[in-house]
Amino acid sequence: MAVFLFRRILVSIPTLIGISLITFLVSHLLPADLVLVNLGDRATRNPELVSAFRARWGLDQPLLVQYLVYVENLARGNLGTSIATNRPVLTELALSLPMTIELATLATLIALVLGIALGVVAAVRRDTLVDAAARAVSLVGVAVPTFWFAILLVTLVYFRLGWAPPPGRLTAGVVPPAPITGMYLVDSALRGQWTVWRDTLAHLMLPVLVLATVGVGYVTRITRASMLEVLHQDYVRTARAKGVAPFAVVIRHALRNALIPVITVGGTLYAQLMSGTVMTETIFSLPGLGRYAFSSAASLDFPAVMGVALIVGILYVAINLIVDILYVWINPRIQYE
Amino acid sequence: MFRWARAWGPNGRTRRRLGVVTGVIVVGIWVLGAVAAPFAPYGADEQRLLEAFQPPSVRHPFGTDDLGRDVLTRVLFGGRYTLSLALVVVLLTGLFGMTIGVIAGYFGGWVDEVLMRATEVVMAFPAIILAMAIVVALGPGLINAGLAMALVWWPPYARLARGETLVVRRLEYVEAAVALGQRPWGILWHAITPNILSTLIVLATIDLGAAVVTAAGLSFLGLGATPPTPEWGAMVSAGREILAQWWVASFPGLAIFMTVLGFNFIGDGIRDLRDPHRRGQG
Repeated sequence: MAVFLFRRILVSIPTLIGISLITFLVSHLLPADLVLVNLGDRATRNPELVSAFRARWGLDQPLLVQYLVYVENLARGNLGTSIATNRPVLTELALSLPMTIELATLATLIALVLGIALGVVAAVRRDTLVDAAARAVSLVGVAVPTFWFAILLVTLVYFRLGWAPPPGRLTAGVVPPAPITGMYLVDSALRGQWTVWRDTLAHLMLPVLVLATVGVGYVTRITRASMLEVLHQDYVRTARAKGVAPFAVVIRHALRNALIPVITVGGTLYAQLMSGTVMTETIFSLPGLGRYAFSSAASLDFPAVMGVALIVGILYVAINLIVDILYVWINPRIQYE
Repeated sequence: MFRWARAWGPNGRTRRRLGVVTGVIVVGIWVLGAVAAPFAPYGADEQRLLEAFQPPSVRHPFGTDDLGRDVLTRVLFGGRYTLSLALVVVLLTGLFGMTIGVIAGYFGGWVDEVLMRATEVVMAFPAIILAMAIVVALGPGLINAGLAMALVWWPPYARLARGETLVVRRLEYVEAAVALGQRPWGILWHAITPNILSTLIVLATIDLGAAVVTAAGLSFLGLGATPPTPEWGAMVSAGREILAQWWVASFPGLAIFMTVLGFNFIGDGIRDLRDPHRRGQG
């Protein structure tokens, strides 16, 4: 297992280099005027300012040199400096990433719990009303455009009914907890600030619901399909014949064996949410990674954009690794060389 | 009675076909609407400021927006942009991905290794971030949004085509073609491609839904079509601040939702009809 992990991490290095190379090339070869975007119209007419700007950000060097400098810095754990704010990209990521991790984790957990439950019930009670309802839920979840669903929820639950607080991370006046992890839910719980905790949760409710709905769709689909396959297997029939309680047959004998594809979908979902929350964050005014990526791209702040792409790439690789480890835990017969 | 139950039962062929038919009808409504949009009694950009923000009524079934434009008319016109962009992206990237996958699967060895590594890198890449960078640099617009989408859209087709090619190339008629001395490109084109095409078409049909959502999503973020273009995503975005006039954002969103649902119905139905093993398991 240790050998496997080591090899997997080694193999993922070329992928990460590939990602850094693509972002680098895209941000440097695009016909966009970095100087104009960042300095503005007036400063661009001042040749001294322009050449100072180009020298400051290494834009006067050949492309290859620029890339090598970037990689050299990366190896030291330095993601560069944001052009827009002049702060280290790593510091900025540390501010925006926890919000997105909080959102994505909650949404994925809810999607897995609800989706698996719904999928199992649908498969066991196949072709009944419950099954039809589960299929409808999964179809809607898969097909609904998140940005539209988010707006509908804000209109209905906040604007009409007043059951949810307005968009934002906290109610105005509520002081955020002193950072430990940067995730408000975790930090406020650790510090015992339960008013802040409840306020954070109330603000996360709708965005998490939006993101979880999509996830529930996919997880229900795959759970139902996988369960249907497993329920026809001989060992399930044997377990029933032995007189194992029906509930135990479904959970211990069938679900455990049906779980592999479900975990795969869950992992993909989680990885996608890490970079896929831009619209939800926009509509709910949440300062997460998606918003940061968006505003960085808008100002062509390429060190920041490359930093986001790299972080998301690392998360993608890490999540896939965790999924592989979960496979072994669920099915001990799987062995990695 | 028994035969009736087999055809119409929960997983019967007729019901499957019904799914495809429903999908075709739903998608067809919006395609027809897009084609017939110029015949609507209002113009897409026809402003009547005195009639701004009217709720849905008989005269304006979907209401009017902040400039008194008829929302139904604009939603019908919107299909032209969103649907054609999605179609073009899926068609071009499907062909490109298929080419990559067939070449990788047929030749194997280092060709396969290089092509599939590249595919993996693109798949691991945060697509929306790349799209944002590209569109910001090139300027917002439908064409640029399509370009950004296309760059990251092809890998699933390459993977599927490669897998299918690996199966097909072992079949006897391919070996016969090799034995007859047909050139590799001829084999790829005449023996392999026609046999993997149907699987790819199923993926493309379901994928059209995803492409519609992504195209609209880019416009929603201000990276695709920009106002006053009546593109669905841009219209939802324009209506998102005016919560009291819910109809401005709701109806264009409903159009997106219905279209995606339709494409899903068609794709699922075709897949189940083609592959009885998976019937009722989607």
